[in-house]
Amino acid sequence: MITVTNLALLAFMAITAWAIARTRNLFVATMLAGIYSLLTATVFVLLDAVDVAFTEAAVGAGITTVLFLGALLLTDRQAKPHKNRLGHRLGTYGSMLLVALLGAALVYTTLDPLMPHFGDPGAPAQGRLAPEFLADSVRQVGREKPTATHIPNVVTTTLASYRGFDTLGEVVVIFTAGVGVLMLLGGGAVRRRPGPRKGKETTGGESTSGESKSGGAGA
Amino acid sequence: MMFAAAMAGVLAAMALTLVRGLLGPTVFDRVLALNTFGTVTVLAIAVLGFLMGRPQFLDIALLYALINFVGTIAILKYLQYGDLGASGREADTGEADISGSGG
Repeated sequence: MITVTNLALLAFMAITAWAIARTRNLFVATMLAGIYSLLTATVFVLLDAVDVAFTEAAVGAGITTVLFLGALLLTDRQAKPHKNRLGHRLGTYGSMLLVALLGAALVYTTLDPLMPHFGDPGAPAQGRLAPEFLADSVRQVGREKPTATHIPNVVTTTLASYRGFDTLGEVVVIFTAGVGVLMLLGGGAVRRRPGPRKGKETTGGESTSGESKSGGAGA
Repeated sequence: MMFAAAMAGVLAAMALTLVRGLLGPTVFDRVLALNTFGTVTVLAIAVLGFLMGRPQFLDIALLYALINFVGTIAILKYLQYGDLGASGREADTGEADISGSGG
């Protein structure tokens, strides 16, 4: 039954992806992208990656739909027709060929006898690293070391201590992305600040300006 | 066996909802398809938890139901007001005027 569910979900995903690629109505594409994201989340649950599935549902189906709608407000609901027919068709089939090749390479990787299968208990990661973490994590960062924070849980020590550098890297990536977005969007916002100050001088008193400022924040 | 039958039913519901989302002549057909698909996904995850012998997944299904709500609200706001930040009421400027006259 699990296999049948997997196949059915993957077939639904393929149909939805095809429809997203075909449609010229951007609102329809947004709706279908939400459905696609929910399907992906279900597949992740089937693969026992519940946390990833939850992130996919929250970001893919929840936030991304809202962001796409915000983008639709700024643009049009209908995509423009292509001017260059031949070039468009060439690009379509070229990208389809590229995606098919990439998918075939990924499938080949799972078929390769040298690679461990999905959930294989004899995989190298299960053989050496997991027992070592289970045996040593409490001694290294856990309860017995008096100076360290007392973390009796193995999962927590792995996430908070061993993967600390990983988390640091993620924070750096997110910080860089945030700075980039601020540089793209917020450059003019600082220069616009002197504008209201002139208005404040013409209206006069300090208390009234404070009132209007609080009213603006409330609205 | 019972859970397998339930899963088959959920998959059939997914297929029907997907058809409505793909064909749906009006915009609201597609909005309803997306919302229904979220609900069906919640059901699918709940059934999958029992099918795989891990009923703890039921909590996650409940959280999915909460998330599904947000997207639908945003879509309907977009369709109704053409603005995601609209409050749904007239801007309450009168209240700000009262506070200004008092100070």
